[in-house]
Amino acid sequence: MSDLHFKTITELAAMLEAGDTTSVAITQAVIDRTAAVDDRVKAFLASDADDALAQAEASDARRAAGKSLGPLDGIPIGIKDTLAVKDQPLRCASKMLENYVSPYDATCITKLREAGAVIWGRLNMDEFAMGSSTENSAYQTTANPWNLETIPGGSSGGSAAALAAGEAIATLGTDTGGSIRQPAALCGVVGMKPTYGLISRYGLVAFASSLDQVGPFARTVEDAALLMEAMLSKDDLDSTSIAPQGETNYAAALKETKGPWKLGVPQEFFGQGIDPEVKANIENAIDWYKSQGCEIVDISLPHSELAVPVYYIVATAEASSNLARFDGVRYGHRSEEAKDALTLFTKSRGEGFGDEVKRRIILGTYVLSSGYYDAYYLRAQKVRRLILSDFEKAFEQVDAILTPTSPTPAFKRGERADDPLAMYLSDIYTISVNLAGLPAISVPSGFTESGLPIGLQVIGKAFGEADMFAVAHSFEQGHEYYKATPKL
Amino acid sequence: MSTPHIDIDYVANLARIDLSDDEKAKLGSQLDDILGYFDKLNSVDVDGVEPMAHAHKVFNVWREGDQPGATYAPEVLTKMAPESRDNQVVVPKVVE
Repeated sequence: MSDLHFKTITELAAMLEAGDTTSVAITQAVIDRTAAVDDRVKAFLASDADDALAQAEASDARRAAGKSLGPLDGIPIGIKDTLAVKDQPLRCASKMLENYVSPYDATCITKLREAGAVIWGRLNMDEFAMGSSTENSAYQTTANPWNLETIPGGSSGGSAAALAAGEAIATLGTDTGGSIRQPAALCGVVGMKPTYGLISRYGLVAFASSLDQVGPFARTVEDAALLMEAMLSKDDLDSTSIAPQGETNYAAALKETKGPWKLGVPQEFFGQGIDPEVKANIENAIDWYKSQGCEIVDISLPHSELAVPVYYIVATAEASSNLARFDGVRYGHRSEEAKDALTLFTKSRGEGFGDEVKRRIILGTYVLSSGYYDAYYLRAQKVRRLILSDFEKAFEQVDAILTPTSPTPAFKRGERADDPLAMYLSDIYTISVNLAGLPAISVPSGFTESGLPIGLQVIGKAFGEADMFAVAHSFEQGHEYYKATPKL
Repeated sequence: MSTPHIDIDYVANLARIDLSDDEKAKLGSQLDDILGYFDKLNSVDVDGVEPMAHAHKVFNVWREGDQPGATYAPEVLTKMAPESRDNQVVVPKVVE
């Protein structure tokens, strides 16, 4: 029973069912692995082994009593530091929330607990989910397990790296502009962003509320589908939560033969700025689908080059409003130099926030300010609709869209740290999906010559998760890149 | 749009963030670059396009027959505050 920590949820669920292992054994394997490698990977900001083992014991007791809660019962799931877990620290990798402990569970955590999952650790991220490399964490930078000199992607870099390194069986992240899919691609795991509204945002620290979504990282598409099913809910605690529609037995639906599909390929995603190895890799993936009988359709998403400016206006505007709550009064950092109401706010925020968070709050405040609102924010909202219309037109012709997830493989740590604009362009293939509210998944599609993972993005129709999973699953099963593990 | 330039002192005050002189210098030039990049948005005609604030149509939600639920004990919440006394949050004096 070696290497439990590198097995999939489905494999472990079968072993648990057959009595070949226990949740305590799996959880202990993940804890031991974390102890062995996290000094190099640095994916965890905090972890509570005793708490995880107590949850595992409870799971084993349930199973022994014949009351197993399903395939996730007893499986350790790592959690991004932006999701509330009762009595655990919730810092968003920020000094602002250094001493904050969550008084309640996020709805997605409640749902995972109802499915019996073992909630495990606090995973590193860019501060308040603002970044694409996890270098904006106030506490530590996380390494990519495939090459420790490179970044794991971001903002959910800890979630991707922990999973790739075998420090969890699956993890949760959040995706505002690509923060699940881009790190998943760079770390060689599956990462999925659901249709906007499908997973409750209650208990997710808000960055840009019209874009933020919770989603799973997993080794396989089937594992991601199982996690999604468990987290689905129409939640009264999130007014933007939407009741699931269409096929929602995602994992079971994968077993049915589907396809061949009509798959769209937008030429705009293969132009300037794409790494030649990534381009060749994704073109090979497209050829594979063609060889399986799928019809490949050239489509156009003509406004996609405007997605980056639209996103960085909309997201920073929303962030400047959402992060106004961090004022040094009721929780979070308070400056010792605060002398009156104004310096209480300005000093506490000046000391508590890191560079990128300040940059985005200032930018968001500016684009919403009198005299600039129409030129930036209102115009961006209009172009956002044009981006959605591009997708709607494309989906009249195709079942799903194939693109690279990231224009480049993992880059060197520190390489883009002082060039925010270059960093923002790492999200160029993922952010239009958030602006349009669509589901998308990154699935491993191979490696560069130097051994860095590459990801293929499959974009689905709104609430078309079942088809999106099926398209990604067929590629995964035809290649099995997920069986490779990094040498640490 | 003319060459964009952020009045960093003005915006930092609106955002209620205290910035050092070094931060102002660095942020100012970075933000000017980013705003220059945003000029791409002027390349497209948006006349008659309805602004989009949200992925789906959203409406205000009125709760029906809502029953008050359990809430937190005051000490649970005041415990999170940087300073508290007698189950209340303490702040610097705000009225002269």
